[in-house]
Amino acid sequence: MSNTATPTTHLPHDTTAKAAFGFWVYLMTDLVLFATLFATYAVLRNNTASGPAGKDIFDMPYVLVETMLLLTSSFVAGLAMLAVYKKQKNLVLALLVVTFLLGAGFLGMELYEFNHLVQEGHSWRISAFLSAFFTLVGTHGLHILSGLTWLAVLMGQVIRKGITMHTTRRLMLFSLFWHFLDIVWIFIFTIVYLMGVA
Amino acid sequence: MLGRLTWDALPHGMIASGGAVSMVLGVLVVMLVLTYFKKWKWLWQEWLTSLDPKKIGVMYAIVAGLMLLRGAVDAGMMRTQQALSTGNSHGILSSDHFQQVFSAHGTIMIFFVAMGLVFAVMNLIIPLQIGARDVAFPFLNSVSFWLFVAGMMLMNISLIIGEFSPAGWLAYPPLSEVAYSPGVGVDYWIWALQIAGIGSLLSGVNFLVTIIKMRAPGMTLMKMPIFVWSCLGSLTLILFAFPILTATLALLALDRLLGMHFFTSELGGNPMMYINLIWAWGHPEVYILVLPAFGIFSEIVPTFSGKKLFGYTSMVWAIAAITFLSFTVWLHHFFTMGAGANVNAFFGIMTMIIAVPTGVKVFNWLFTMYRGRIRFTTPMLWFMGFVTTFTIGGVTGVLMAVPAIDFQVHNSLFLVAHFHNMIIGGVVFGMFAGLTYWWPKFTGFTLNETLGKWAFACWLIGFLLAFMPLYALGLMGATRRLDHYDASLGWQPLFIVAAIGVAIIGLGVALQLTQFGYSIWKRKENRVTGDPWNGRTLEWSTTSPPPFYNFATTPHVAERDAFWAVKQAGKTTLAPAENIYLPKNTGAGIIIAAFAFIGGFAIIWHIWWLLVLGLIGILVSLIVRLSQDEVEYVVTASEVAKLETQRRKQPA
Amino acid sequence: MGRKYKLFILALLVIGAGLLTLIVMHRNNFAVLNPEGTIAAQQRNLLVFAAGLSLVVVIPVFILVFHIAWKYRANNTKATYMPDWSGSRKLEFVWWGIPLVLITILAVITWQSSHALDPYKPLASTKKPITIQVVALDWKWLFLYPEQRIATVNYIAFPEKTPVNLKITSDAPMNSLWIPKLGGQVYAMAGMQTQLHLMADKEGVYNGSSANISGEGFAGMTFKARSSSASNFTEWVHDVQQSSKTLTDAEYTRLAKPSKNNPESFYASYESGLYDTIMMKYMMHGGAHNGHMSHELAEGTSHETMRH
Repeated sequence: MSNTATPTTHLPHDTTAKAAFGFWVYLMTDLVLFATLFATYAVLRNNTASGPAGKDIFDMPYVLVETMLLLTSSFVAGLAMLAVYKKQKNLVLALLVVTFLLGAGFLGMELYEFNHLVQEGHSWRISAFLSAFFTLVGTHGLHILSGLTWLAVLMGQVIRKGITMHTTRRLMLFSLFWHFLDIVWIFIFTIVYLMGVA
Repeated sequence: MLGRLTWDALPHGMIASGGAVSMVLGVLVVMLVLTYFKKWKWLWQEWLTSLDPKKIGVMYAIVAGLMLLRGAVDAGMMRTQQALSTGNSHGILSSDHFQQVFSAHGTIMIFFVAMGLVFAVMNLIIPLQIGARDVAFPFLNSVSFWLFVAGMMLMNISLIIGEFSPAGWLAYPPLSEVAYSPGVGVDYWIWALQIAGIGSLLSGVNFLVTIIKMRAPGMTLMKMPIFVWSCLGSLTLILFAFPILTATLALLALDRLLGMHFFTSELGGNPMMYINLIWAWGHPEVYILVLPAFGIFSEIVPTFSGKKLFGYTSMVWAIAAITFLSFTVWLHHFFTMGAGANVNAFFGIMTMIIAVPTGVKVFNWLFTMYRGRIRFTTPMLWFMGFVTTFTIGGVTGVLMAVPAIDFQVHNSLFLVAHFHNMIIGGVVFGMFAGLTYWWPKFTGFTLNETLGKWAFACWLIGFLLAFMPLYALGLMGATRRLDHYDASLGWQPLFIVAAIGVAIIGLGVALQLTQFGYSIWKRKENRVTGDPWNGRTLEWSTTSPPPFYNFATTPHVAERDAFWAVKQAGKTTLAPAENIYLPKNTGAGIIIAAFAFIGGFAIIWHIWWLLVLGLIGILVSLIVRLSQDEVEYVVTASEVAKLETQRRKQPA
Repeated sequence: MGRKYKLFILALLVIGAGLLTLIVMHRNNFAVLNPEGTIAAQQRNLLVFAAGLSLVVVIPVFILVFHIAWKYRANNTKATYMPDWSGSRKLEFVWWGIPLVLITILAVITWQSSHALDPYKPLASTKKPITIQVVALDWKWLFLYPEQRIATVNYIAFPEKTPVNLKITSDAPMNSLWIPKLGGQVYAMAGMQTQLHLMADKEGVYNGSSANISGEGFAGMTFKARSSSASNFTEWVHDVQQSSKTLTDAEYTRLAKPSKNNPESFYASYESGLYDTIMMKYMMHGGAHNGHMSHELAEGTSHETMRH
């Protein structure tokens, strides 16, 4: 073992590159999970039993508003990251609050839609189609919920610690997650809603 | 308050109570011993909270070993039942209990023994072989391990509280739906696997990143030890296959908990979809297990033949081909479902194609031995046992890949014999070979060879007696999972032989336990320094056992078989030490897993307040841990240098 | 070689010989290898051929393993030792090539046999086939004869050398219908119809069972399949038609309840449309795929093969 150059590492130990790659790998596994749910939905979407089909229950303008909220939230998260790299703490916080509110708005609208469907008698117990619908959309919603929780914790950290190496890394991973959920939602919007009413 | 948990959940009947009581007693004895010798603090500080992959690997191996004992007892009960239960005799177990036993046997052996051993070896060997000091995400590694333990505990607590699933190790619906299995058994199965499975998935991410990002300078992909390559194949499969398992188990759970209709027979549910999904995970799973075993043999054969691995590039391509092909064959598990001839033929042919790269690996091992100097140590004997039994299993596998033949042997004992041929002959023999080979690396002394060879002899003879008769029984029309059969069929003599075979395997296990005990007792006689086998790869370049930081200086790699090359060149001078960053111990992993266990138990028994408690517990501990910034400590270069001189001075 | 190794190999040989003797002693029990039906015979031939083909690789591998292990053992210092020899294009070409050739042969056979022995394919015969509808119940088999209007439990009879068209469904968890002497198995699934075409070469009584676990009583889901002369079969049908029991809706409801180790029983008649009712029970709310099926059922056309 020749030892030509001892790699010098600065303190504290920077793990950003590893973390980013690892998180990206995790997102790929999450994508496989969603792919499984999409496949399940595709198999079951016509098995409506005595219950309604997609076109009977989807309110497209409503879903479009939902979609816009999420897309905007993702865009603002992107702006927040730009501010993070410029170390503008207050701007970061302001943008993260907007990101959070838009995301929470999306989730609120989704929950309202779910509640509405159940009130109408279209719960997941009615048919395989509705089971698949609630599960696919609900799994995305659960991801949004974890994202919001994560974001809230990160905002607390930014307030207390400022824009440090650690908070920057965490915010970067969060924004990867948030954009990923955006992409998944685009698929849901297309495959579940657009193709559902077509 | 306690959901569906009542006093009735405690075991009834002699055998069931016996199992429960012996388990409780076992745990109590361990706890007493720990208390008596005042070892709790040591256990917590040195082991349970450790993020050192070497220690986590040892803990994986211990858990897998204990589970192997339980799985073997289950196997013994099954074959005893089948040897006795014919004609007017109904053996020792009721139908329901028998079905729980074989479901538990399959689940335990695959998820908690085979997977446990695979992760044990990955933890122990991957960092050392790539010249790294740790895995990419040490804390995540601890979480993975403890989730594995939480799943294992849920699985085993079903012995004492409630019952286990009687629906087979893959719990096909609609049998596993509430309509046909209303009890807690299937829920235990779902949640034990879900929790352990998420642990496996996270390990998959962790080790993939470790291999990609943390190799020693100079170690390009084509200079990696072949074991690391085989792990890379296995990990890639984990990343693609385990999310499917997670989703599938979740959907079955939603059917059972919330009355959804994914896999029910009615209201549009589709049980066939479950069978497709579970095998889309299940077939890659076989290769997740067997690829690392191939990798182990690819290290052992060159070492004990004193020769370079033959056809390294071929081996890498064979691993890549197997990794890819293993996702294109899942339908061969259910040719009998009535898919058309075209579909069946396609999947049959894809299955056979896997035999090509696998065969290539066998020939490469043989030609590694060719013109070598073969030392027949115990690991090499395991290889000989593997290469012969695995070839037989390969042939019967190719036979079953022909759909028209499969219709006659599917779900028969022929199938059972085939997959045990692959799993025991392939995975288990591989892991035992690896265990014997790498034991001195982590303890500083070798295992007793005589006892090891006797254990091998018992395993091989027992294996042949236990499974060759099953091929015959399958061809006689004996289906798997029968708790009783008609006397006129003439199956009993072969079942008795199979039961004797299991007993001999049991003797082999007993000899292995004796081997461990004896070798530890007489460890002074078998002391070794760094490199007892004249090894070829980097793990042997550091001392045995390695220091907690693995390498004082990061190794630089110039070619394959890096350590062999260094030894050939005769330069073993020590480079100056460097600053080393290592993770601090943390109890967060075990705490998170404890809450996962609580949540799992709660959801099985429908104790909703406890479920909420479990979930909040997980969330809070995660947030606390992930908000910490100072999770590493540094061992400075001068400290390392001091430690090194001390260690090298000690009589090894 | 050490004495212990010799002993070990001797032990292996003794065990091998013992197992072989045991197997030869029980040779008549090998249902799959002693077929008495057209399909099972072809499946047996295929099995034997494929096994033979595999031996082309296996035997050389075994010889190589033991030859190499013996010749290049460490204390045989006379053998060539080439520690750095680690590859040969030529040799590797051979062992990528030979298995590939064998697998190609096997692939062709697989493609052909998958079509020739497709369980859904009706069998060619000059005789008019007999149709039997099969319903897997918890834990017994119900057989309906739509042409003879009789029903049986855990017993079927049919004339020899006559194609038997089995239409299979389930009113219980998934099972698998298997009569090894006559041919391979097919799953029985609720709301689905699978098919199996078999033909017995001669008269005889064969064992049938469920090959897929379906709950507590599944081991007892065995039945007898009797193939007899045409006249004996007609006589048997007549006898059953004259028997006292009929399969009313109430009787079916009772029968469908879980029960273990059911005896053979016979029904002189059954409610018309029983089989369709059982299928429809799970399909009524199915959706497009299954709706297509119910449409056909409603029109009373012959049941289309359900493929998925």
